[in-house]
Amino acid sequence: MKKITVIPATALALLAGPALAQQKTVKIGFMSTFSGPVAAIGNDMKNSFELGLDQHGRKLGGLPVEVVYADDQLKPDVGVQKTTELIESDHVDFIVGYIWSNVLLASLKPIVDSKTMTVVTNAGPSQFAGELCSPYVFSTSWQNDQTPAAVGRYMNQKGVKTAFLLGPNYAAGKDMLAGVQTTFTGKIVGQELTRWPDQLDFSAELSKAREAKPDAIFAFYPGGAGIQFVTQYVQAGLKGQIPLYTAFTVDDLSLPRLKDLAVGVPGAQEWVNDLPNAANKKFVADYKAKYNASPSFYGAQTYDAVGLIDSAIAAVKGDLSNKDGMRKEMEKADFASVRGHFTYGNNHIPIQSFYLQDAVKNADGGYALKTVATIVKDDQDRFHDRCPMK
Amino acid sequence: MYLIEQLLNGVQLGMLLFLLTAGLTLIFGIMDLVNLAHGSLYMLGAYFAATFAAWTDSFVLGALLAVAAAFAAGVVLEVTAIRRLYGRNHLDHVLGTFGLLLFFNELVRLVWGPAGLTLSLPSQMLAAVQILPGLYYPAYRLVIIVVALAVAGLLYLLVMRTRLGMLIRAGASNREMVGALGVNIKLLYTLVFGLGAALAGFAGLMQAPILTVQIGMGENILIAAFVVVVIGGIGSIRGAFVAALLVGVIDTIGRAFLPDLLNDYLSPNAAATLAPALSSMLIYLLMAMVLALRPEGLFPAAGR
Repeated sequence: MKKITVIPATALALLAGPALAQQKTVKIGFMSTFSGPVAAIGNDMKNSFELGLDQHGRKLGGLPVEVVYADDQLKPDVGVQKTTELIESDHVDFIVGYIWSNVLLASLKPIVDSKTMTVVTNAGPSQFAGELCSPYVFSTSWQNDQTPAAVGRYMNQKGVKTAFLLGPNYAAGKDMLAGVQTTFTGKIVGQELTRWPDQLDFSAELSKAREAKPDAIFAFYPGGAGIQFVTQYVQAGLKGQIPLYTAFTVDDLSLPRLKDLAVGVPGAQEWVNDLPNAANKKFVADYKAKYNASPSFYGAQTYDAVGLIDSAIAAVKGDLSNKDGMRKEMEKADFASVRGHFTYGNNHIPIQSFYLQDAVKNADGGYALKTVATIVKDDQDRFHDRCPMK
Repeated sequence: MYLIEQLLNGVQLGMLLFLLTAGLTLIFGIMDLVNLAHGSLYMLGAYFAATFAAWTDSFVLGALLAVAAAFAAGVVLEVTAIRRLYGRNHLDHVLGTFGLLLFFNELVRLVWGPAGLTLSLPSQMLAAVQILPGLYYPAYRLVIIVVALAVAGLLYLLVMRTRLGMLIRAGASNREMVGALGVNIKLLYTLVFGLGAALAGFAGLMQAPILTVQIGMGENILIAAFVVVVIGGIGSIRGAFVAALLVGVIDTIGRAFLPDLLNDYLSPNAAATLAPALSSMLIYLLMAMVLALRPEGLFPAAGR
């Protein structure tokens, strides 16, 4: 059986070979997490990326697209190894992805050294926005501090005087806890960094938060850890006692599992699935039709990478060696972003608005994230001064 | 009050570890089998419970069905795969059961999907109860402590007071002799493995409402479980109980008090970074100390 199928396949390849060699393709390496408990995030990013490619007829800037998916396994050492593989053996033209700040920081050197055009669609460590910024690297997300800083502003509005901060002990966790303190004007009565990614039981930390008697708790727990944190917060009977404010903890991936537990837990985000612009309406509707689920912000940011790369390749008329031409076009952010129009700062991090989102129960019994208000307009990260690019 | 609350947190973590470790130490001690797939059975228990609880609309009914299903899964696993590993060296056990662990992760991904499930608690469990004036504790965590104590008691009765328990103890001390005396050692092994699987599944479903149900959930806690087995003494249920309590309390107290302690001596930033790293080392330090002073563990099974 095997032999019979191999022969026509080889024949086909031989026939197609010369034709393929003449037609140029754009090769994109896609780095995310596709194994373990956080594979749900990687899948959502991949789904959104594939949806974007389908909508573009699987051509970007006129060139057919070939995608190589790579799994970082949530480990910085694996991330840097796979990144090097994408650059050196797959010879990709673009790299897209990176959920985790620590994985991105580890992988940045081969990217910058090889001048590979890269669109980071989630991670935003402070160093990456500051001294480690690079001409060929762009972000479609944010710098880590920005979202918690927006939450801090909202906590001020709500009259919160004292807060207890909780987050995981890795690059992004430290950024997030620092970020909320840049805007929050009240007193921090305690903060805890927990083991990452293996600590999933927060009993000791929640007891501590209760003991500190703060007006509010701020937490950053991405992916599955967010489900565990919010569940344990409710089980500890804290929901009625000490309000919880979050960054990247309640999202469209965790909400279907948290259900009622997450209702009334506010967070900040640069994108919410009900943002009323045409690009977003099409993205959310098509995603729901294709995958029967709501896209998350991870997906939305990755979907934007498709539009950004498309604009870059079109601007240089498919000449992928013209990296400076692509860079100049990407700096304009001239594509229909699902978050509405935004501009790029000197460090290639978006200058954009952040919204207050809340989890609500719909009339049909389902749950959804809703935009409640704009917390801050056209916010730029506080590390752009440290970036040598002007 | 705060200290008591943190101690309760430690006891609760210890109880969960005990449920997982009891089965592991039985299998390790009696069958001389290093079973890395124990974490997979823990995961299966949680997935079964989430599925059955959704079908029956009852947490308790779902949990009972899940324990039965985990027992059945253990028996099937023993007969089809584990049996072939007996009498080989430990490296073969590790290789074989590590393969099973990967197999179960993929199986769960195929059957239930990659996103994980939720095992919801009845609403009256979603609160803290006042157990002493001014001391509130999550109701479900109290349930875990009570139920695990009950299971520990039942296990004690089973091992110390029944014929099966006598054979289990005999098997832990001298396998060849038990076989030579005409006991059906094959059946005994199958039963012990099934019992271990049921305990692992039970641990998985008890923690599911706190930690959610996801692929690979058994792998991190399995390391802690092996630490408990080594500290307690291989094959000893009593050792597992004491060691699990020790590990649970030390881990929790470390997490609760180390950061404040370090804050007195270091800059807040250095303390915030060092404390989680240091507190996660504590249980391994404990293991190293026990190994240095009592290489057989705290309660070595007699005759080994």
